[in-house]
Amino acid sequence: MLITRVKKKDAILSLCKGKTLLIACFGCKEVHFEEKEYQALKEDLKTSNLNISGEIQLDYLCNDDYTNKRFELHKKEIDEAETIIIFSCGVGVQTFAGLIPGKTVLSGCDTYVLPGFSGFTPSSHDCEQCGECMLGFTVGICPVTACSKGLLNGQCGGAKKGKCEVSKNKDCGWERIYNRMTVLKKDDLTLKKMIRVRNYNK
Amino acid sequence: MHFTELTKMGKFVITSELGPPKGFHIEKALHEAELVWPHVHAINVTDNQSSVMRLSGLAMCKVLKDKNIEPVFQVTCRDRNRLALQSDILSAALFGIDNLLLLTGDHTTLGDHKDAKPVFDLDSVSLAYMVKHLEEGKDLAGNALDGEPPKFCKGAVVSPCAEPLEPQLFKMEKKIKAGIQFFQTQAVYEADKFEKFMKRVKEFGVPVYVGIVVLKSVGMARFMNENVAGINVPDNIIEELKKDKEKTKSGQTGIEISARLIKELKPLCQGVHLMPLGWDDKVPEILKLSGIIAEKG
Ligand code: SF4
Ligand code: SF4
Repeated sequence: MLITRVKKKDAILSLCKGKTLLIACFGCKEVHFEEKEYQALKEDLKTSNLNISGEIQLDYLCNDDYTNKRFELHKKEIDEAETIIIFSCGVGVQTFAGLIPGKTVLSGCDTYVLPGFSGFTPSSHDCEQCGECMLGFTVGICPVTACSKGLLNGQCGGAKKGKCEVSKNKDCGWERIYNRMTVLKKDDLTLKKMIRVRNYNK
Repeated sequence: MHFTELTKMGKFVITSELGPPKGFHIEKALHEAELVWPHVHAINVTDNQSSVMRLSGLAMCKVLKDKNIEPVFQVTCRDRNRLALQSDILSAALFGIDNLLLLTGDHTTLGDHKDAKPVFDLDSVSLAYMVKHLEEGKDLAGNALDGEPPKFCKGAVVSPCAEPLEPQLFKMEKKIKAGIQFFQTQAVYEADKFEKFMKRVKEFGVPVYVGIVVLKSVGMARFMNENVAGINVPDNIIEELKKDKEKTKSGQTGIEISARLIKELKPLCQGVHLMPLGWDDKVPEILKLSGIIAEKG
């Protein structure tokens, strides 16, 4: 079982640029979503002059095929937004970010692990429920799972021809992050300035 | 004296590298170190290099220190969590070992204990940040250390010929921000790429000591081209190794190539870091041929 916690306003606000679309996944039985806190944050963001262009509520965002279909339905709103904040588990954010390589996608939640039954997330993306979601800084690609060493501060010296030192069949996660950052022409100062140490107590 | 001070004095810094033995008999390693020491400013001691289990680098550094040989303690994040890393680094301070080279480390699957747990609790950046904390008298959790805090000279690595280079530069900046004071590089065989790299990093104002791996055979060059990140041995060098098999086997070709590279790269950077991979006895000749001397004191 997973649990998601809505991030604090300050953790999100500075990363948003321009028209911002909120997408919330009201999801699945396996993930507990803090609905009340989400509504409160939304009000808070509104009063902080964030330019919220719309809100979409979905479920099973983690499922590629399903999300792809819903994506078509909301294409206009998505195209118009400059920033998209996804309120879902880490898999949902990555699935969505994977569908729109040219847009800034932020994670609105932190995903934690709870002991017990774990849900089925039929997806090519992975989330280790680290409790401090970094997807908003790493252009929607999870460094904890996409990097073989789970490095939080950038690429190690082991990548060759885009592949990870562990296997020639595995793309280097940090090179993927870097490539997407280049596509987005994202000013990478936030990521460059921060030094992350993982909190294993979460 | 720390390298960074040597660099400030305008001296060209020369370091070499030594791997501790697989076992606890250090006579051979010590002999190699003694052979190299008169020609270099310091000797790096590797930390289970390539994830192959060996004697602890800390112990080897202590042995060198006792012989008045200046060691650089290489520390990787593969085998220890933050508690063990801090303990070992404080122990280094106790022994008077004050040069550190802080690395992420190769993955366990590359070495001889493929089924081991890879730790990576920290990485090269957070490791440097942790050492900075120790120097400020507190541990990573913020607790105060007893007595005078330790002081280190902190280095890290960078791969100047990596493709793409940008992620490496990105990380290099982060390392500097975390307190890194010098860089030793991955092996360089392409002067033009290195020159471009040095132009990019000049603004950082941190000394760069260029890495030289002595080529032992055509097979080794090809293997590195295929498998080792950030290394590309160009065709003309491979041809040179091919030409005279006996000369290559004796080590003479490798010596000549290394000396030529050092001559070519010296004007671009602040020092050289030799990685002889067991060919320590060739180091004096390489340095002699390249015309550089380690000015000490
Ligand atoms: S950073 Fe990765 S592991 Fe952590 S919550 Fe986000 S998706 Fe999950
Ligand atoms: S090569 Fe890339 S994915 Fe592999 S461990 Fe290094 S940074 Fe992570």
